[in-house]
Amino acid sequence: MAKNIEAIDVNVYYSSFLAVEDINMEIEPNAVTAFIGPSGCGKTTFLRTMNRMIETIPGGRVEGQLMMNGENTLAAGVDPVAVRRDVGMVFQRPNPFPTMSIFDNVVAGLKLNGERNKSTLAEVAERALRSANLWEEVKDRLDRPGAGLSGGQQQRLCIARAIAVSPDVILMDEPCSALDPISTLAIEDLITELKTEYTVVIVTHNMQQASRVSDTTAFFNIAGVGQPGQLIEMGPTQKIFSNPDEPATEDYISGRFG
Amino acid sequence: MSIKTATPRPPTRVQHTLKPISRRRLIVDQIARWLILAACVLALIPLAWVLFTVVTRGIDLVLSVEWWTQSQRNIGPRDYGGGAAAAIQGSLIQVGIAALISIPIGVLGGIYLVEYKEKKLVKPLSFMVDILTGIPSIVSGLFIYALLITTLGANRMGFAVSLALTLLMIPVVVRGTEEMLRIVPNELREASYALGVPRYLTILKVVIPTSISGIITAIMLGIARIMGETAPLLILVGYTSSFNANPFSGEQAALPLMINVERGNPLPPGQDRAWAAALTLILIVMALNLGARLISRYSGTKK
Repeated sequence: MAKNIEAIDVNVYYSSFLAVEDINMEIEPNAVTAFIGPSGCGKTTFLRTMNRMIETIPGGRVEGQLMMNGENTLAAGVDPVAVRRDVGMVFQRPNPFPTMSIFDNVVAGLKLNGERNKSTLAEVAERALRSANLWEEVKDRLDRPGAGLSGGQQQRLCIARAIAVSPDVILMDEPCSALDPISTLAIEDLITELKTEYTVVIVTHNMQQASRVSDTTAFFNIAGVGQPGQLIEMGPTQKIFSNPDEPATEDYISGRFG
Repeated sequence: MSIKTATPRPPTRVQHTLKPISRRRLIVDQIARWLILAACVLALIPLAWVLFTVVTRGIDLVLSVEWWTQSQRNIGPRDYGGGAAAAIQGSLIQVGIAALISIPIGVLGGIYLVEYKEKKLVKPLSFMVDILTGIPSIVSGLFIYALLITTLGANRMGFAVSLALTLLMIPVVVRGTEEMLRIVPNELREASYALGVPRYLTILKVVIPTSISGIITAIMLGIARIMGETAPLLILVGYTSSFNANPFSGEQAALPLMINVERGNPLPPGQDRAWAAALTLILIVMALNLGARLISRYSGTKK
């Protein structure tokens, strides 16, 4: 079930360095939200606070509240591992597990957490691979290594792997930046399909991609090197790309800087 | 309407001509090649020489069944006969115990140093491992002697040797495991965390399987290192020509000790036995290496 997300006064630190300052935003369920902005502006950092991956980096620390359907995932006592089961993530570079077959890769999240029932695993694998538009291409070689697929297929495999644990939210960190245009198209189509079931948040450097796939766009920026990243403007994608309120947003989108 | 014609490129650019490789580069290239080849051959000569000598002098005894089944009990320095089985047994027991203690400690230590690198203990521990790596084997032997025999009043025995060998093997395994875990891409750990897999399961089921063949190699390097150690044996256990399967009491033979004892025998039977024991030691280490390679081939990363 897709969940809505609300960030309230979120500050992210690496040790004492404030990387992202004062984020307040609301992310709609069953929609695609794109984060855009220049490198180093905190898009990825904020994305990683949403599944608490930021804490796996030594020194990474978050203040504020991140409500998921009204529950604060940043509250003391909330198990980050449990949050990550609800919030899946797809990374910049495809990262299938090299020791595992295609099948094992897809069901890794279940299998590593102790699911042994073969028919359940087979069912989940097929469903996830179908949702990731990969089933037809790999159904005859599920026992082959996942690392043997092409880059685009590997990325869809990683999406299938994220879907297989039935999350509520899927985070994507520049999922197409390592892919060719055809694979990119396949993933973009997939993103559009995914929003029927999930809340999708995508970080991208590609303006066209943001305008093609997203319903809402959030623009992040930094005032200068060493300054924290901030959310400058957020709104319907169409508005952000045609008639943004902030001049900085317009400058960035029209390519005047960044 | 005028038709645009291509304007000629302004002749400001320096014209490069395609020249053959200069004589100087060709000569330097040749010299460097021959130097490298010479260095390689020079490095291999002693190795080939040692192998050739050990094999030619030791092969006769090693090929006999008696060598692998009999001890040297009741065989005089002038007599042929008997075998190295007691020494092989002793070596395997001493090294086996050392490996049993060192492998878990070393692998777990390596995991701690890499996978828990945010912990405060990591830096001092890593420093200690560095120091441990540099300990000469005689010092490790003397340390166990002082601890076990002088202070605790135990007798000299095979187990004391195992403990000294453990001190030598642990740093090799820790460092090897560390290096292997370090080359596991962080993306794999992140992928696993992002699926809601806790850290210990990520280490057990993603990180270690990815690097298992390297970890096995590290363990083998450690075993190879201690298999031929002689100094701790000279200090910590007496040599015997008889079988003794009990590492906790009495004298126990071992291959390095046997080589040393037979070396002291100036008569041909003793010389032959020393060479054969040396060859046996090489063969055992080689067999262990091959075994480890087979294991690591059928585990780990799928190709």
